[in-house]
Amino acid sequence: MRVQEKTINALVVVGLMALPLIAFVNDEPFTITLATRAVILAIAAVGLNVILGIGGLVSFGHALFFGIGGYSMGILAHHAQTYTALDLGFLTTDGTKLMPVIWLVAMAVSAIVAYVIGLLILRTSGVYFIMITLAFAQMFYYFSISWAKYGGEDGLSIYVRNDFPGLNTLIPIQFYAICFIILCIVLFLYARLQASPYGLALNANRQTETRVETVGLNSMKLKLVAFVISGAITGLAGALFADLNRFVSPTMFSWQLSGELIVLIIIGGVGRLMGPVIGACVFITLEHFLGGLTDFWHIFLGLILLCIVLFARGGVVGVLTGKEGAHV
Amino acid sequence: MSESILATHNLMKKFGAVTATDDVSIDVRSGEIHAVIGPNGAGKSTLIKQICGALRPDAGHVELMGRNLSDHSTAARAQAGLGRTFQISELAMEDSVLENAVLGAIGAVSGPWKFWKSALKTKELTDRADQALARVGLLQERDSRVANLSHGQRRQLEVAVSLTLSPKVFLMDEPMAGLGVEGSKIMTGFLDGLRDEAPILLVEHDMDAVFALADRISVLVYGKIIASGNADDIRSSKAVREAYLGDAK
Repeated sequence: MRVQEKTINALVVVGLMALPLIAFVNDEPFTITLATRAVILAIAAVGLNVILGIGGLVSFGHALFFGIGGYSMGILAHHAQTYTALDLGFLTTDGTKLMPVIWLVAMAVSAIVAYVIGLLILRTSGVYFIMITLAFAQMFYYFSISWAKYGGEDGLSIYVRNDFPGLNTLIPIQFYAICFIILCIVLFLYARLQASPYGLALNANRQTETRVETVGLNSMKLKLVAFVISGAITGLAGALFADLNRFVSPTMFSWQLSGELIVLIIIGGVGRLMGPVIGACVFITLEHFLGGLTDFWHIFLGLILLCIVLFARGGVVGVLTGKEGAHV
Repeated sequence: MSESILATHNLMKKFGAVTATDDVSIDVRSGEIHAVIGPNGAGKSTLIKQICGALRPDAGHVELMGRNLSDHSTAARAQAGLGRTFQISELAMEDSVLENAVLGAIGAVSGPWKFWKSALKTKELTDRADQALARVGLLQERDSRVANLSHGQRRQLEVAVSLTLSPKVFLMDEPMAGLGVEGSKIMTGFLDGLRDEAPILLVEHDMDAVFALADRISVLVYGKIIASGNADDIRSSKAVREAYLGDAK
């Protein structure tokens, strides 16, 4: 059976609206929290999909931005919560508990870090690019472990979830709504970007940099902008993730998380609009149900991944639409 | 005669002990096709790469309309007006024919920093792409994936992408490569008309095409230009016969 990609996309959105509502009616807050986790991971993976899916660069260090988003939230909220001043050198603030401000900071810091790192690492490609992104993420990981001021290895607890004007964010369904709407906005922007002249050029750049240079476009700049956009989106997801758990720790920088984000995209379908979202839903579902059966559920995840890589390069979306290759 | 559009001045390139380009000075004037021929390994591709910026010469420089291009990257040279086609097609294979042509139009017209409006719904871009596709006779394939095109059609698309750039000069690296007799004929006819739009520096193995098209021919052997002139000069040159045509006949 072949399904139109548009149909799949619509079904996913409807499903993500319906499931938490049903859980809400049946008073199952845990299901809503699971769905929130899936949505936030999906946002992070949509971010990664910009550089990996369209740009063709396998970043094995995107936990770096996830962690930066998390610590942006953690540090701002920590100071606001403890009424201590945050001295940035050029500016002293009291921190903030306001989500929109935290999101902007998380995205801005991620974007700046992506820009600086991007200038260095985008000169490499292939396996070197994979390794150097991993190396940078590990640097931040070990830095956060030794950053005693903000909890070091133990991380930082934020006792009350941050505020969003007009909502009570501690009610699971309300926090879910925030995350879901952000996911929709990010997906909308991703779709626009993919179809735009920039997206077309970046997509061509993945296939042949020589061609892109020959029509007078700067391949390096195309990739750098993609890396910055990608980092900012994943950073935003990190801030939301920290708010979901009300906790930030070095594991947000861990290479396992970088790997998971890649896995989400591969499960769902590389470069597809809804690939990361479907991947995140499948991943969370497996983690919950298989994880309930056995501690070794990663073995099954591995098997699924193996089957996808061997028999269905287009991931779930590829299988359903009958377009087997990645991207095609 | 007419003004020189593209010129190389004393280009030198060595790879270890091998001199791939040895003091090459050639120029392309408006309205002409200047062919560069030479046996395999003569340094034709190396020469093209230095002109378009993929390789940096050890000495000498390239000028486009009097402007020194030494500090220009490949992309900047394309912006300045070099329209290159490749010996082995360099196309986005997963994309459609139209998308490949639109990529050229993006380079020529809008630049890539447009994030909002759909590229394939931007009339300015698609019109330019369609025009180029129509000229090489690929319009009916506009929605086909490049991976599904025949070899000949890919050659046509190569040329179409360079047309979208409206370059000041074309740099064509074996546009006939792998085309059948019929395909070569069509391409020859097309290039014949193209020279009025912008001159062509043509590197080509197909001697029939070269002698039919070229206003001037330069013969490259071991990185050196050993003869330069019109078709008759080249045919009657003793040095060329010995170095090149001798074993072809």
